[in-house]
Amino acid sequence: MTSAESSPLILLNDKDNVLACRRRIHVGETLLIDGMSVAARSTIDVGHKLARVDLGPGDVVLKYGVPIGSITQPTRIGEHVHTHNMKSDYIAITTRQSTGKESQP
Amino acid sequence: MMIGYQRSDGRKGIRNVIVVAYLVECAHHVARRIVDVSADMDVHLIGFPGCYPNEYSLRIMKNLCVHPNVGGVLIVSLGCEGFNREALHAAVAASGRPVETLVIQERGGTASTIAAGVKAVAAMKAAIANTSRVPIGLEDLVIATVCGGSDGTSGMTANPSVGKCFDRLVALGSTCIFEETGELIGCEQIMAERAVTPALGEAITACVAKASHYYTVMGYGSFAPGNADGGLTTQEEKSMGAYAKSGDSPISGIIKPGDFPPSNGLYLLDVVPDGEPRFGFPNINDNAEIAELIACGAHITLFTTGRGSVVGSAISPVIKICANPDTYKRMPDDMDVDAGRILNGEATLDEVGGEILDKIIAVASGGRSVSESLGHQEFILTYKSFEPVGPACLPMRARQA
Repeated sequence: MTSAESSPLILLNDKDNVLACRRRIHVGETLLIDGMSVAARSTIDVGHKLARVDLGPGDVVLKYGVPIGSITQPTRIGEHVHTHNMKSDYIAITTRQSTGKESQP
Repeated sequence: MMIGYQRSDGRKGIRNVIVVAYLVECAHHVARRIVDVSADMDVHLIGFPGCYPNEYSLRIMKNLCVHPNVGGVLIVSLGCEGFNREALHAAVAASGRPVETLVIQERGGTASTIAAGVKAVAAMKAAIANTSRVPIGLEDLVIATVCGGSDGTSGMTANPSVGKCFDRLVALGSTCIFEETGELIGCEQIMAERAVTPALGEAITACVAKASHYYTVMGYGSFAPGNADGGLTTQEEKSMGAYAKSGDSPISGIIKPGDFPPSNGLYLLDVVPDGEPRFGFPNINDNAEIAELIACGAHITLFTTGRGSVVGSAISPVIKICANPDTYKRMPDDMDVDAGRILNGEATLDEVGGEILDKIIAVASGGRSVSESLGHQEFILTYKSFEPVGPACLPMRARQA
């Protein structure tokens, strides 16, 4: 099970299609996701999330059992889910390089 | 047993601080020097930077100056600013606290006002040394919560631990306040279901919709670059994590900055101004939220952080709960509670919730929180405008009436 204490991943709600990292996961590390072995495709930090299943553009991301945004790029199981392949369905977020203008709806 | 300070309005304080309040940026340096020269952990600086008058900021300053943790007030005015210093002075005097107003333009300038201020603070310290002490219980306490420097661990460890603590506090008769409707965007439906009346549920949904509109006009959500560095991808993901601080208790009402909760139980503070955006972002940083929570009567603020915030506050102690185990390792001296142990399976949410409750009791008994010991007394207040809350927002007050 992904929620076992020895696993670096935690399933926060049974409905979720992402898993949260309990510690840093290193590229190439073997992850057990719902009984399937998957090699981590990148290094992923504590608190970040990765795909529990293959996801495609428009798919709603579920965490804590509720929608937290949607997928913008094809994302495979075990892949990091973050700003590069996911967006808000409310208000766009900004970075230190943003001016704020690009976040206007 | 917790021992506090009895105040004339019936409330009880856990500190007996002297507040030095400047009423415009032009009086800031003089006020700060008075605090610095006084060199006393219980002399705190607060103030308002603007020269134009503002009903909201006058109300917040009045509430802060008669907060139960405050024993006396020194007001520092330049002299020509728009802030109603007479009204502030009168409000403090009416509470029975020692109060003095120094007007720099009438006192001969910087050096003589600083000298007069230092003398006034020393006299006040002596005057409040014998404030009557009384036993206080958890039912006397108002406990607030904020999050700052959130990351992906916040919603897994520190925030739900505070939620567990809030559930216990509410059951024990305390008053709890959570806030920042801009960080509850996406949670409005599930939150509305916890309201004690359907009309309050509708008011909750409406106040999150107001926040969503306001932030959309501002062009930024309540989301900092560090939130994304820490694994949070969207506003609604951050919201769900932040929402966990509120626990599972029924929501008894909505208050606005400066309103006192009319009963014990759990209250939502609506920090987003009413009407079209006028004065900028609802809260320009975490301390702007903390100052408003204290103006609502909060004795202690529970501050959860993933990235690692270091702030405290003037007037009421801040208890820091660290969500991220790596952050805790990097800056342990800034944290009161290590909630990141939950991620490693070393502690449960209930256990950390209990540790937070123990810390509240220790700090309410006079023990210093970490940020307090380090001298953190951040404070900020800016322009805002609010309409009073509608009758649907306070069903408990209606029941008592």
